[in-house]
Amino acid sequence: MTQRFRLPEGGLIDRSRRLGFAFDGRAYVGYAGDTLASALLANGVHLVGRSFKYHRPRGILSAGAEEPNALIQLGEGARTEPNLRATQIELTEGLRARSQNRWPSLGFDVGALNNALSRFIPAGFYYKTFMWPAAFWMKYEYFIRQAAGLGEAPQSRDPDLYDKTFAHCDVLVVGGGPAGLSAALAAGRAGARVVLAEQEPLLGGALLGSRDETVAGQPALDWVAAAREELQGMDEVTVLTRTLAYGYFDHNFVALVERLSDHLSEKPAGLPRQRLWKLRAKEVVLATGAIERPLVFPDNDRPGVMLSGACRTYLNRFGVRPGAKAVVFTNNESGYDSALDMAAAGMEVAAVVDLRAEAGGPARERAAGQGLRVLPGSAVVATEGEKRVKRVRVARLNEAGTEALAAGEMLDCDLLAMSGGWSPSLHLFSQSRGKVRFDETLGCFVPGDSAQAERSAGACKGAFGLGECLAQGFAAGLEAAKSAGVKTGRKRGRAPQAENRDILPARWVWEVPSSGPRGHGGKAFVDFQNDVTANDLRLAMREGYRSIEHVKRYTTTGMGTDQGKTSNVNAIGIVAETLQRPIPEVGVTTFRPPYTPVAFGVFAGRDVDELLDPVRKTPIHGWHEQAGAAFEDVGQWKRAWYYPRGGESMHEAVKREVKAARDSIGMMDASTLGKIDIQGKDTAEFLNRVYTNAWSKLAVGRCRYGLMLNEAGMVIDDGVTCRLGETHYLMTTTTGNAAPVFNHLEEYLQTEWPDLEVYLTSVTEQFATVTINGPNARALLAELAEDLDLGTEALPHMATAWGRVAGLPARVARISFTGEMSYEINVPASCGLALWQALMAAGAKFDITPYGTEAMHVLRAEKGFIIVGQETDGSVTPIDLGMDWIVSKKKADFIGKRGLGRPDMLKPDRKQLVGLLTEDPQEVLPEGAQLVDRVLAKPPMPMVGHVSSSYYSPNLGRSIALALVKEGRARMGQTLHAPLATGARIACKIAGPVFLDPEGARLHG
Amino acid sequence: MVERYLRQSPLAQLGLRGQAHDGGDRAGVRLSERPFPGIVDLRGPHRNKRFRDAFAAAAGYALPQAVGATGGSENTTAFWLAPDEWWIVDARGDPEAGPRIAETLRTALAGHAAAVTDISESRACLRLSGPNARATLQKACPLDLHPGVFKQDQCAHTRLAKTSALIHAVADDSASEGPVFDVYVVRSFAEYTWLWLESAGREYGLAAASA
Repeated sequence: MTQRFRLPEGGLIDRSRRLGFAFDGRAYVGYAGDTLASALLANGVHLVGRSFKYHRPRGILSAGAEEPNALIQLGEGARTEPNLRATQIELTEGLRARSQNRWPSLGFDVGALNNALSRFIPAGFYYKTFMWPAAFWMKYEYFIRQAAGLGEAPQSRDPDLYDKTFAHCDVLVVGGGPAGLSAALAAGRAGARVVLAEQEPLLGGALLGSRDETVAGQPALDWVAAAREELQGMDEVTVLTRTLAYGYFDHNFVALVERLSDHLSEKPAGLPRQRLWKLRAKEVVLATGAIERPLVFPDNDRPGVMLSGACRTYLNRFGVRPGAKAVVFTNNESGYDSALDMAAAGMEVAAVVDLRAEAGGPARERAAGQGLRVLPGSAVVATEGEKRVKRVRVARLNEAGTEALAAGEMLDCDLLAMSGGWSPSLHLFSQSRGKVRFDETLGCFVPGDSAQAERSAGACKGAFGLGECLAQGFAAGLEAAKSAGVKTGRKRGRAPQAENRDILPARWVWEVPSSGPRGHGGKAFVDFQNDVTANDLRLAMREGYRSIEHVKRYTTTGMGTDQGKTSNVNAIGIVAETLQRPIPEVGVTTFRPPYTPVAFGVFAGRDVDELLDPVRKTPIHGWHEQAGAAFEDVGQWKRAWYYPRGGESMHEAVKREVKAARDSIGMMDASTLGKIDIQGKDTAEFLNRVYTNAWSKLAVGRCRYGLMLNEAGMVIDDGVTCRLGETHYLMTTTTGNAAPVFNHLEEYLQTEWPDLEVYLTSVTEQFATVTINGPNARALLAELAEDLDLGTEALPHMATAWGRVAGLPARVARISFTGEMSYEINVPASCGLALWQALMAAGAKFDITPYGTEAMHVLRAEKGFIIVGQETDGSVTPIDLGMDWIVSKKKADFIGKRGLGRPDMLKPDRKQLVGLLTEDPQEVLPEGAQLVDRVLAKPPMPMVGHVSSSYYSPNLGRSIALALVKEGRARMGQTLHAPLATGARIACKIAGPVFLDPEGARLHG
Repeated sequence: MVERYLRQSPLAQLGLRGQAHDGGDRAGVRLSERPFPGIVDLRGPHRNKRFRDAFAAAAGYALPQAVGATGGSENTTAFWLAPDEWWIVDARGDPEAGPRIAETLRTALAGHAAAVTDISESRACLRLSGPNARATLQKACPLDLHPGVFKQDQCAHTRLAKTSALIHAVADDSASEGPVFDVYVVRSFAEYTWLWLESAGREYGLAAASA
């Protein structure tokens, strides 16, 4: 198919690069530089979609981001993307696009039945009809979603790479039209760091669609090219095209999405598809332009009804005739510019229908001068043509302009270009919390007071003349640079000069007068994307809705993916007219980011898969991996969980590891334990305040266990602290709590006790820590140790000493979390693997057995040692744990002391830590199981406690459990029951929490 | 003295030497590990002249006092981290440097309200250089890294992707190899940081350089 509507020359397209593409399976050809919309129009295709609710045939309305109709499903498979605006899709070779919301085809759509039934599905129809019976909503919803819809989300994961970056600048200029270019030039020449963001691939904004504008005496686009070159030559200026500023947040944080590779047929390796710029700007210049408004009249939504400025863009930027024979319908000067451009391109212009009775602007004069037929004081009151407009009915208005006279003239056409005025793009301004105000003369909302370091310039501020845009932009750029602290000097230059072609005079009419009662005849659409008519708005008001926010939600006007870019002001105008209130009183609805939809992928960036979250590995990790260990996540750490040998199950592996630690030697990588180096003369006092027990008398070289509470008296951490020197201590914390504990301590030091001379330094990763446990631990260590006296006198339980182990500098501590004779060996982190391997080699004769975190849990549970976060849950005190021995009665104060004294903490029926022994010793209670005194037929049953830890103990040959039970310590020997969700119930007896070696004899070998 | 072969640098498991490739002139970013940096964390009363003098006497230079400033001698560089915290760094790759610096400072500062802690083993040092090094780092870091803002010889402890890092601007754009940054991260985050920066730099052409 040839490009029948392509002009023989002109436009910013590359006619030497023909691009084949497919729409709804049919092949077409366009040129590089086309959008999908311009290429379709060049091929005479206007019908591109079906409307959301009534499935009415819809065509391309606009040439930009505001497009409500031409929503396209682009691409296939994992890369398919729904709801893209054909007006913004850059044409590429082989592009495949599909229309949406039609079945079985765009030409014949069963859903169009909705149009015939439209009397029965007015605004608010869903709310009224499907609310009863309430339980049926889920069923209704399924069918509604089928019938009313947009495109389809991809079913598989996004295969593309996305990038995110932070960025900073003095001046961000949003919009690369005349005002934005002028602003960027002014700020850039002043020496500011400038980012210029333009959503289109080309700079120039509205100038791209103009024919004969000049700037500084040269053709406008020559000036644009010179400006681009100058900007790109400045070191501190970054020009980002294909970059959408989609959101304006607090503190001048603006989010931009740059499209990097979608438009490339050859995509360089490693180049992301899109980049998110998280930009902090000292000053922002908004030069976001304006959006033309449709006119609201019956059947104003037929394919071939377009915005007048869009027609100019297709003609001048793309070299495409949007039709063969046009009628122009306008209420301001803009329609005439369009008519003149069409005539210049050789199109037939049947008439310019002007709502103004005595319209008299320069554009109209030029049009009249060129012999165009002008019909003043007239309106289009009806249109015909199902899949493309064929003719329109034009009627004269009465003298007041409030009513159309009957009958009127039929004009044949295949294009109706309309202009209802212009609405500044206030989206970003409004997102910045700037207040908008209504300008009666311009018939639109304009920026009022700024809320952030921001200023608007050009059409987005209501300046519709080119000269004014350039001047405002230049002034804004310079002012922004100065406000950003740039020394602008004397050489400021002046703004480029250009003529102003105004849109005024205008006659602002929110709904075109008709010949009959309003709402009869065709549907007068206000919101094309959501199929909201002027009648729907009036219905909402009849039903009592007054607030514009309510009207919006009830009718859905201004919602959807276009967020009412073309519809909002008309809707507000109609509501104001109906309620007979001034527009400023009706107000505007809220603008929300994003300006146009943004793909989720760009928010994820590269933080997916292996980079989703940091994975922390110990210096010995590689060995565990080689040994086939299964790993457990503890915070971000990977810890060896157990080491299955030759097809062992987890249970079998853990059983073997647990036995080895008691029978000979077990060895564990404990490098992840938090370690905090504490120095300063007040350290002992500091420890007295943060732990429950007394620290003043701990001797150098000795270690002590401590419980840490929060202000409420609840246990938050535990660990052993060693006194390494006169004023030097080393605290250990649980793995998962290392950072929170450090922050807790630092906060107290900085805010409560700045008088204490205490310094904290995290040294968690300075050391690799290996613990060896079991009756042969001392014998093994003795073989490898140098300069270390392992005798009980020199190194008793809870003591530490320095020396060398396997030739490595080491600090050895006798600390036990298993109840066995244990040595914790700390070496420089880089030597961890060497230590581990030396111990493995030397320990072979003892059948040394590496064990993981699961075996560690069993070993400590056999001894009744708690794990913070397992036996505690933020509501457990040391008293509840039966650890009152560690709570000093003599200390004046410590964190949590007052909390522990509250009456609630002294109640006898608090849950207390006890042991549980199941009646059937082979049965293992599930952790988390609730405990009851009596099992009832069904829940609820009064619960007396819960199981916190439960394992099979191979050393005891039976199951063991720890539990928190109300008044548990007073109930030794009593039977409780654990009714399970499976229906089973497990009977168990309350026992002491220490199951093995209660005297602690094994600690001493 | 520990035999060198017994030591493993934080990124040893990635086998960087093996995968090192020279991107030639096309590489926009060069990424390498600088193994075994010597780092000592120093805390002390910055307002106390005796303390500052004692340091200067031992180190041969004054402790930097300004936010993010560095200063040093041929052998060591001091990084300002906080009003009362500095790192004293010798990143030339001698695993014994940290303990040595710590010992010197402990002796020199004995009797002062100061704390000297060797943290060499707990950090990894990654070096980024090349014309796109700054753009690569800026992807991960919310601080403004513009050479006029984060100047040569400045340092900052800041966010880096989902971890934190101390970034040192070693050389600015006038350096022959383009801007050079040293990035110090906690040891267990080294692999994550490496993979992240490697991924972020790939679009510019990335060379994994041997240290």
